[in-house]
Amino acid sequence: MSNNEIVIIDYNMGNLRSVQKAFEKLGCNVVITNDHAVIKNANKIVLPGVGAFKDGIKHLEELGLIEVLTQEVINNKKPFLGICLGMQLLSKKSYENGETNGLGWVDAEVIKFDVSKQEKKLKIPHVGWNNTKYKNHNTLYNDVPDNSDFYFVHSYHFVTKEDVVTCTTEYGINFISSLHKDNIFAFQFHPEKSQEVGLKILSNFINLKDGV
Amino acid sequence: MLKHRIIPCVLLKDWQLVKSIGFESFRTIGHPTSTARIYNSRNVDELIVLDIDASLNDEEINTEIITDIANECYMPLTIGGGIKKIADIYNVLNAGADKISINSVALDDPSFIQEASSIFGSQCIVCSVDVKKVGNEFKVFNKKKGLLDIDPLELALKYEKYGAGEILLTSVDNEGSTKGYDIELIKYFKNKLKIPIILNGGMGEPIHAVEAIENGADAAAAAYIFHFSKYTPNMIKELMLENDIPCRIKLESI
Repeated sequence: MSNNEIVIIDYNMGNLRSVQKAFEKLGCNVVITNDHAVIKNANKIVLPGVGAFKDGIKHLEELGLIEVLTQEVINNKKPFLGICLGMQLLSKKSYENGETNGLGWVDAEVIKFDVSKQEKKLKIPHVGWNNTKYKNHNTLYNDVPDNSDFYFVHSYHFVTKEDVVTCTTEYGINFISSLHKDNIFAFQFHPEKSQEVGLKILSNFINLKDGV
Repeated sequence: MLKHRIIPCVLLKDWQLVKSIGFESFRTIGHPTSTARIYNSRNVDELIVLDIDASLNDEEINTEIITDIANECYMPLTIGGGIKKIADIYNVLNAGADKISINSVALDDPSFIQEASSIFGSQCIVCSVDVKKVGNEFKVFNKKKGLLDIDPLELALKYEKYGAGEILLTSVDNEGSTKGYDIELIKYFKNKLKIPIILNGGMGEPIHAVEAIENGADAAAAAYIFHFSKYTPNMIKELMLENDIPCRIKLESI
């Protein structure tokens, strides 16, 4: 694989450097960019992100990235990896601080953890290591054991009726911790911060053949 | 199920990692990069590094060394000490940190928490509360200002209201003592906050982590035990599992 085949979308939302560093550790040079031409030339696209949904969409809009990403991921079917906020942004709508429309690539909504009905008081954000339970295996989970622990940090979670769920995680409810739809892979947890099992997922993404 | 975390919490001083004893004397742990590498290989759940040169001497935080540490960490990294303005947070996050810890600036101006969490998200903002026991009461302690007539729980609740994502709660009396956490302190905080509490100060034996979690801590931070005792992070977790406390045990290499 030649350099710069994978790009990380730079939209001023959080720990882009951590994600780049994890790819570097795996021997894969990736660029952090919001240059439309560079994104169009890339073979694979990573959308990380921590922070508020509204800001995320606003920044993507301001940088003219929504159109480019839709073209490359939906029309050109380039392998896409969404992490944390980068997964939530795929939804149609988020209820974080009011209502905000997302990219709408998955018929889904993003809602806050409802802890009011819980017997044991759960804390929000959901932060720390939690295990994932397979619903549907996909290639990014190759050599990753079921029930592996990953690092999570979020207050909102993804809900969808589409048949795209690959893993769920228990936190009061069983929420969706990862999904796979065509060429789109997304994780609520942070593979780049989840040590060996997380790096394995990124390595599987690097090794994905075109067309998924 | 969400796991309870065991977190090394170390200080950065004169380009070395150190641990303090009662916030006064210091013992050298080692070089930052090699220490971070060891932590990473031992699968610790997170790492907290506080730059005390920056906080005590009003210096800019040492982002050069933070970058070196971050390059060794494939687990979450929290950096604190000396963060005074929003630009400092940008610098530290760009150096590779995932969260920041603030102390004095939050004490002086809690609205800073609001501003920071609105930009970076609550999950990024850890607020540090240092506590000393005076008679039967807990009081907030600040390295520069000394003992303050402030109830630490009230302060933590205020931080939560302003948008803190986690509280790093340190007993100054127990810090470095190895006699165990201040259990009365964590009991005082139990079920009062909606955000997670990382209890710090005093772990000398694995059983101390079990006591901390059983009495209300969400995570246990420590330094001494990882460097100056016979115990490894996994030994602590084995004891936690024996006591039915969910935690993350290192998997065999995959």
